[in-house]
Amino acid sequence: MKILVVDDEQDVKTLFEQRFRKEIRSKTVDFAFAFSGKEALEYIEKLDHEAILILSDINMPGMSGLELLKEIKQKELVPKPIVMMISAYGDEQNYNTAKSLGADEFLTKPVDFKLLKEKLQLN
Amino acid sequence: MKTKENILKPKNPEKSQLLKVAYREMIKIFISEYPAEKIPEYISENVTGFGTTKDEKIIGLNQFIELIFLQYQQSKELGVSVSYEEFSIHEWENPSGNLHLFVSILNLFIENQEGVNKVEFRLSALFEWNSPSWKLIHWHGSTPVNVENDAWHLTEWKKKNEELERKVAEQTSDLIQKNLQLQKAKELVEDTLKELKDTQAQLIQSEKMASLGELTAGIAHEIQNPLNFVNNFSEVSNELLDEMLGEIENKDFDEVIAICQDLKENLGKINHHGKRADSIVKGMLQHSRANSGQKEPTDINKLIDEYLRLSYHGLRAKDKSFNSDFEMDFDETLPLIEVVPQDFGRVILNMFNNSFHSVSEKKQSLTTIDFKPMVAVSTKNLENHIEIIIRDNGNGIPEEVKQKIFQPFFTTKPTGQGTGLGLSLSYDIMRFHGGEILVDSEPGEGAQFKLILPKIKL
Repeated sequence: MKILVVDDEQDVKTLFEQRFRKEIRSKTVDFAFAFSGKEALEYIEKLDHEAILILSDINMPGMSGLELLKEIKQKELVPKPIVMMISAYGDEQNYNTAKSLGADEFLTKPVDFKLLKEKLQLN
Repeated sequence: MKTKENILKPKNPEKSQLLKVAYREMIKIFISEYPAEKIPEYISENVTGFGTTKDEKIIGLNQFIELIFLQYQQSKELGVSVSYEEFSIHEWENPSGNLHLFVSILNLFIENQEGVNKVEFRLSALFEWNSPSWKLIHWHGSTPVNVENDAWHLTEWKKKNEELERKVAEQTSDLIQKNLQLQKAKELVEDTLKELKDTQAQLIQSEKMASLGELTAGIAHEIQNPLNFVNNFSEVSNELLDEMLGEIENKDFDEVIAICQDLKENLGKINHHGKRADSIVKGMLQHSRANSGQKEPTDINKLIDEYLRLSYHGLRAKDKSFNSDFEMDFDETLPLIEVVPQDFGRVILNMFNNSFHSVSEKKQSLTTIDFKPMVAVSTKNLENHIEIIIRDNGNGIPEEVKQKIFQPFFTTKPTGQGTGLGLSLSYDIMRFHGGEILVDSEPGEGAQFKLILPKIKL
């Protein structure tokens, strides 16, 4: 499974790589990282009909996660990527906006990796 | 002509001299040394009043001339010729030098067909200084008494003197009263000034707290983020230890070493993010605590980095629709600069808040999605000073607004949304640091604030 993680915090990469250590080793998942909405879009454009799960933070400078979500949804990619948004704790407004923009799943910061793995059916 | 002068030392010789000259002219006129029609020519400007009626109403010049004519006429009708000879003049002046008494003793010669009669005649005149001239207030002619014991005139003089002293006393008491009023007014002004200073201090504090309020959400984000990392990295490290034990059992030591390296890296990250949260809390406390006014060597780049993030996340938390990109371009050769960190932080915070507000407003007013809000900050190490440039591509500042932005209470925000003190305080803070703020703007295109700080220790 190809997963694109979008977050402006660089350490997220290390965290995911360690949390999914076994899954990466067994090649169950394949992570790609983007540190801004712009980078994420560039990555998506390069993909050629590859199934993908996009895990994006909402709160990022420049293009926010919501703007990225909007762009992705407008692209009508085939196959459709699954977009999972990560919002800050108690951020109802962004949660609702993301939902109305067509986000498929939600996670709240701090990310509960057990829950994420359940959602990804990796457990 | 025999003249004896008995002059008490005048308090104001110049003033008294003016009167003496004027009085002598009057006496001369009175004793007909001057022709009546020419009297106006000899009238001194230093004296007003030329005699008094019985009820002590002052006679003016015209009445005085009439009186002299009447005297000639009467003499003519009676067939007498009247002439005077001045004998002596006595003078007194009161201690305050405002009252001057003349007593002239004259010989009056009345000549008729039967011969000449000599009569001693006394002329007394009391003058009061009525700036800028002396005013005759009493004029009296009579047969003489011993001037040294001139009870009537001395009483009159004393009465007038007392009246004047009373007036002086009244004026003094009036002055004391006025002085008291002034004192009260002064106290009132001082109280008001103190109140104003207190209010100003309160305003500064409330501006500080308002900007802290704007910060709170940013702070929450900036603390939450590192805390998430601390939690996540410690959790994952725990898992890694379990994995490591498994790998030890498997005797896969390459993997054990790899896990060890990860663990070491994680501990480093935990430490880094812990310090990050720590520095945010310290910054917040520094921002809100009373100004110690203590300058300390400060890493300006680090301070800007912290406050830029605080500003950004603060605004993000307050307004979910807000977003902007930001860029930091730091000159790594920047030396430590002596600043009061919480004060200088407020200047920086203010600049960023304003810039972010400006780009946000522009974004909302534009329908095109082409506009990409951007706030950029750069630092530069120059010979004697450092420069911090904060640029945004917002709406810019119109010329008429630019002239007023550093004035206290000037705000373009709706009532209740801005204290109007942010830039004014920033200006004061920069001046306190021996620096300055320069503003440049292309209306519609953006604004640039240049902060200059001297490198020298002040």
